[in-house]
Amino acid sequence: MNAATDRYMRLYRRRKLKDQMMTALLRLCVVLALIPLVSILSYVTWRGIGAVNLDFLMKTPAPVGASGGGMANSIVGSGIVVGLAALMGIPVGVLAGIYLAEYGRNNLFGKVVRFLADVLQGIPSIVVGIVAFTLVVLPMQTFSAFAGAVALSMMLVPFVARTAEEAILTVSDDIREAAMALGQPRWRVILSVILHAARGALVTGAMLGIARLAGETAPLLFTALNNRFWHQGLLAPISTLTVQVYTYAIAPFDDWNAQAWAGAFVLLTLILLTNVVARTLARSKYGERS
Amino acid sequence: MTHEKLETAKLGELAFRGATAAAASSILALAAVYAVQMTTNSWESIVRFGWDFVTGTAWDPVSDVYGALPFIWGTVVSSLVALVLAVPLSIGLAAYLSEVAPVRIRRIVEFFVELLAAIPSVVYGLWGIFVLVPFVREHVQPFLQNTLGFLPLFQGPPFGYGMLTAGILLAIMILPIITSLTREALHAVPIAQREASLALGSTRWETIRHAVLPYNKSGIIAAIVLGLGRALGETMAVTMVIGNVPLISPSLFMPGQTVASLLANEFAEVSGGLYLSALTELGLLLFGVTFILNVVTRLFVPLVSRKVGGAAEGRRQLT
Repeated sequence: MNAATDRYMRLYRRRKLKDQMMTALLRLCVVLALIPLVSILSYVTWRGIGAVNLDFLMKTPAPVGASGGGMANSIVGSGIVVGLAALMGIPVGVLAGIYLAEYGRNNLFGKVVRFLADVLQGIPSIVVGIVAFTLVVLPMQTFSAFAGAVALSMMLVPFVARTAEEAILTVSDDIREAAMALGQPRWRVILSVILHAARGALVTGAMLGIARLAGETAPLLFTALNNRFWHQGLLAPISTLTVQVYTYAIAPFDDWNAQAWAGAFVLLTLILLTNVVARTLARSKYGERS
Repeated sequence: MTHEKLETAKLGELAFRGATAAAASSILALAAVYAVQMTTNSWESIVRFGWDFVTGTAWDPVSDVYGALPFIWGTVVSSLVALVLAVPLSIGLAAYLSEVAPVRIRRIVEFFVELLAAIPSVVYGLWGIFVLVPFVREHVQPFLQNTLGFLPLFQGPPFGYGMLTAGILLAIMILPIITSLTREALHAVPIAQREASLALGSTRWETIRHAVLPYNKSGIIAAIVLGLGRALGETMAVTMVIGNVPLISPSLFMPGQTVASLLANEFAEVSGGLYLSALTELGLLLFGVTFILNVVTRLFVPLVSRKVGGAAEGRRQLT
């Protein structure tokens, strides 16, 4: 072999080696990224399951110092606050999504709204909490379940608007044209044909939105606040699972820390279950959309 | 169709269209409400302190003096640590998913990354307190001290709680968003670009490094900036591990406090007056910075406005 080929082969081998090393490095990235996920899921399961019991699910917190008690009021409270937020936020969000997909595809108003909906989703949730505080808590002079729901619904509307738009756009224009050719006005076409065809994706979007809200803590800290007792109406402070987990996690008592893990376990199970169901629903209905 | 029927149909159309337009306007209104509420409620503090608010280092509710520099420092430093850790990892992960992984593995890994994004902040914080903090205290910090201890960054007692841990936790939390946005950016690179590079005899890594990643640099930068936006405003997890001491120290081992963590700690206790105004101004600061980051990135990098935007614009308007 002459020297030139030899040098070429060496260079080739070096490039090949580098390729293999870098590919291995990329694989290592996957492993590194998955370590925290595995660790979080296993710790929450391991320490959470041990602390979940009937008392935890059925009772309100025990007085400071006494052992026992549970987070029943917080679980119900989360349901109330998130449910109320969904009631307020989802209809508005879906209507806005209909506008974006049907009437405002290309006009300036539609573009601005779409842009702002994206931008608003990037605003920190603690900021949303402050705005809800000034809007609801200050004038009403009380922390309340309602204030918490307002904060959460402010986060929900832009999210649902965009997912609803996406859902409605999956419906082919052929269907719109066919329905309109039957002489139906636009709004009837949307309500009885388009929404029907897009219902799976709409439900998926709404479920993902609700799962997100259920995990929010920051916007509830100074709107819904917390409460050691069963809920006392929408105009009183209310306990939520996330805020309670936070309170118990930073408390210096082992008993409370254990309950924080149990709360995290319940929370994570609910959220991941909703996510998985929503995504499977989307996948089975519409096939893989990469 | 009779004339009357046509009239009711028109009326219905008008009403329905009006309702959807009103709902869409609520998003405009929401943005306006954010800006107006935050500004009016922090006006007292803005007028009183001016620029001293961002340069002052004393935060003293008792004597009504408010300077936010330690919190701004904490926010910026913890977010930078997060970026330093998360950016290479996310880009590597995205490159793997888009260029190397077989479809089956890609779907599984993407599913796990989605799970990572779905975990609530407070659960990250809980895990942070009881798993990450002890790990950092017993392994990471002693290791850094032994190897890079000559740098002021890694000096001081290993508390566990502090900037470093907050940065690591933030890195884990912003990894999914940077990864998925980078994935989308790489998705936009034409197949021909890869084929051309391979046809020239490049290895796969050379193709990734020289043909794929540089092709959509702006998309990747946008992904990083949006990740930064997330890190700056992240509240619960940071609050739980950063130590909550308003320090300006060059060492990442020392505790700190961020704007968001201060708000989480103090806002519920506030009664009103200048204190409330100063806290709201901190919120305004956070709002302003994240709003600008989002607006600028999304304006200049159309890719980030997601598939929907593209799909909507690509399709003609039905009338």
